[in-house]
Amino acid sequence: MKAFAIALLLIASPVLAEPPTPPDVPLSNPVQEQRAKAVMAELRCLTCQNQSIADSNAAQAQAMRMEVRERIAAGEEPEAVRAFFVERYGDWVSFVPPAREDTALLWAAPLLFLGIGVALVARRFRR
Amino acid sequence: MKGKRLIWLLPLLLFAGLVALMANHLGAPQQQVIKSHMVGKPLAEFALEGVAGAPGLALVDLKGGGPVLVNIFASWCLPCAVEAPQLQALKDRGATIHGIALRDEPADVAGFLARHGNPFTRIGQDPGGRMMLAFGASGVPETYVVDAQGVIRYQHLGEIRAEHVDLLMAELEKAK
Repeated sequence: MKAFAIALLLIASPVLAEPPTPPDVPLSNPVQEQRAKAVMAELRCLTCQNQSIADSNAAQAQAMRMEVRERIAAGEEPEAVRAFFVERYGDWVSFVPPAREDTALLWAAPLLFLGIGVALVARRFRR
Repeated sequence: MKGKRLIWLLPLLLFAGLVALMANHLGAPQQQVIKSHMVGKPLAEFALEGVAGAPGLALVDLKGGGPVLVNIFASWCLPCAVEAPQLQALKDRGATIHGIALRDEPADVAGFLARHGNPFTRIGQDPGGRMMLAFGASGVPETYVVDAQGVIRYQHLGEIRAEHVDLLMAELEKAK
């Protein structure tokens, strides 16, 4: 029984383990912390895709949060912080699509569909 | 009149098409490879402390010496152990390889090198994982060709398998 318990313990102890990440330290300035949080919510986690780095427990997301906080604390604009990540990982890393010529249809789509809807309703009522 | 009634089927058909499109992609893998957009761009200034008896790694160490390989690895990363023989093979063929030990304890790095060999000239310690952002890396292991100007010239994602050795040697040659 004792030998079995020891065997179990040996199996359970991790041989290769990533060290735990240090806890998040919020910025002391609440306005800056809020700005940093807003940026984090719009950046995609690299290892756990479809989650924002604000929501992710992944170590890499933590490193990215640290980068965001440091840049905001240094007085960088949220837009510049986002650009820093886009420069490294492409548009993909941002949940906010860029406003460019090739994304015009994407941004115009809500208005387009609203227009179609209004036209349909107007026609119904006229009848 | 008949044509008018049929037009109401159009949204339904569109919806069915959308469902078919989504169902078609259900089986597709979620994790796609995230390529670095830093290829072709110069690295920013950095200086990392050494680990496991190796000297540390800084941007100045990459500059001037001709193209080198920079390998991001970790003791807790299994593919990193898998690619160890290939790194050794690259070294034997004359490549200079520097390592970046990602989020690791110094003792664990030393243990990893003792088990799998040490092909590295310099090893920089990156406890916070910030170097991942410098290289545009998204996982471990990743291997980069950096030229004498400190510009990233090539990114290899994932472990280096035997068939990649020639390819990396060619990329080093190209970066000269």
